[in-house]
Amino acid sequence: MSNLTYTVIFYLFAAITVFSAGFVVFSRNVIYSAFSLLFTFFGAAALYVFLSADFIAVTQVVVYVGGILVLILFGVMFTNSIMQSKPKSDIINIVPGILLLAAIIGALLFTFYTSHSWMPSETTLQGSIVQRIGFETMSRYVLPFEMASILLLAALIGAAYLARFEKPGNNEH
Amino acid sequence: MEQLTTIGLNHYLTVSAFLLGFGLFAVMTRKNAIVILMGVELILNAANINFLAFSKFNGGMQGVMFALFVIVLAAAEAAIALAIVINVFKTFKTVDVSNIDSMKE
Repeated sequence: MSNLTYTVIFYLFAAITVFSAGFVVFSRNVIYSAFSLLFTFFGAAALYVFLSADFIAVTQVVVYVGGILVLILFGVMFTNSIMQSKPKSDIINIVPGILLLAAIIGALLFTFYTSHSWMPSETTLQGSIVQRIGFETMSRYVLPFEMASILLLAALIGAAYLARFEKPGNNEH
Repeated sequence: MEQLTTIGLNHYLTVSAFLLGFGLFAVMTRKNAIVILMGVELILNAANINFLAFSKFNGGMQGVMFALFVIVLAAAEAAIALAIVINVFKTFKTVDVSNIDSMKE
């Protein structure tokens, strides 16, 4: 793949990510926001592939698009009566919000582009990293890995308990 | 021109800065709890892009592993947050966070 093709594809995915993220935030319709989030997650996954983190990209698609986005859509459908009215969401603090948005993005970009350039290492990540992730998970990060599994178990049991459906008039007996 | 055509660390950091700004904007200005949750997800994605970019150009695996754990924790966080939002909706019949101002029914 030539360098120009690489650059063009990178800019394409970066534009998809940024514009769909903007649409998530600036759209008044909650359902449009939720579906626009899909493109943000896919764009971010494509950027992860550019960063030679292919395993993370696949995980992003599986977990975010397959799990979190479906959960969010369920939440939208549960909490908005979409049949009766348009699921709009109001906006507050619009002026401080715009100021914060401009200030954060401006300050970060100013810092990135005016300070001294980064000094990348001689040995950047190249190729597939699946095997290295496996080694790291089972050696240096085995304790966080196990803790994450316990936390996921506790969090999902807690979520199922919190969101359970209580039948009316069905006391314990 | 050379800085525009050669994709370096700054390009990824720019995308990440935009995602962070949009996420903060959503958290700050929206009244719907689910859109606030979407803003949090945008912020987590911005952090992940940063981790992976620095990991790529540093050559180490620390950023990659941290990004993996961020995704795991984001899944747990989304599940818990949506359970809470559904409970709030059952109690208050709304998910407008500026109307939810009591701890008990």
